[in-house]
Amino acid sequence: MATNLPAPTEQDEDTDLILRQVLADVLGLSAERISELHADSGLFGDLPELDSMAVAGLLTELEDRLDIIIDDEDVDGEMLETFGGLLAFLAVKRSNG
Amino acid sequence: MLTGLWPSPVGGEELLLSFDEGRQRRLVVIPALFDEGNKLRHFTVEVMRRLHTTGIDSFLPDLPGTNESLAPLVEQTVTGWRQYLSAAVDHSRATHMLAIRAGAVIDPGHLPSVHYAAASGASQLRTLARAQAIAEKEAGAPVSREDLLVQAEAQGATLAGHDLGAQMVRELLEAEAPIPTSSVAQGDLGSGGLWLRAEPAHDPGQADRLAAMVLERLA
Repeated sequence: MATNLPAPTEQDEDTDLILRQVLADVLGLSAERISELHADSGLFGDLPELDSMAVAGLLTELEDRLDIIIDDEDVDGEMLETFGGLLAFLAVKRSNG
Repeated sequence: MLTGLWPSPVGGEELLLSFDEGRQRRLVVIPALFDEGNKLRHFTVEVMRRLHTTGIDSFLPDLPGTNESLAPLVEQTVTGWRQYLSAAVDHSRATHMLAIRAGAVIDPGHLPSVHYAAASGASQLRTLARAQAIAEKEAGAPVSREDLLVQAEAQGATLAGHDLGAQMVRELLEAEAPIPTSSVAQGDLGSGGLWLRAEPAHDPGQADRLAAMVLERLA
């Protein structure tokens, strides 16, 4: 039952969903393709179309939709390397917010 | 579709893309700015094609310093773009405006207007500065967005390839769009905004819906 789930889990699921939606909008992927992303799926570095302008748009959109602020010093290759890494970063940001 | 040049009020000539059959409803389209202007170009022209088939004339003037323009972007300002668009309205005998994204902030505000997914000049600048900060970091010379913006305000800066003068930066940070007659939100079109795409892309369904909404609101 949803009511018995701890709040952070629900929020984490929501964060996962929003990140997938934003990546679908940025990468122009279908819902099917985007649902196949898993923790180890490569992002920045693996996807040549994710240049600095696309990443800037991605981060700004995530800030708007998740109501968080992403600082410049948080943005590095590691944070953006995989789907799982970015999701974990966003989950921490949201729970601290 | 006609492409032609029109005499820019600030000198020289600029490209003007027009669907002109002398009809009653005549719309000047203000494009999205900077990187978003490039990404939304195809979409913008496709919306104009759809308006044409439903009986609306439309005109898309190049903003000086963008697209095919020979004018240097670094010399452009928000005030200058508004004056340019006012002249484009007179030239095309327009009755309405359609502004796309941050194009809303350069809407001169004289005509009934529809603003689509309006964005502020400040938000556009922050995203350009963020892209520049990411690129600088990758190149091994990290600089913060705040420092980039302070520098841009004081003496202008090249942000993500866009050469912006200090006055343009200051005006973008403060500019407010006039209140439109009607606005269309991205959610009204049913899927994600095409300006977010890493690679420029088109979505005929979104163009159909925006054109239908503009038609309905001008009626």
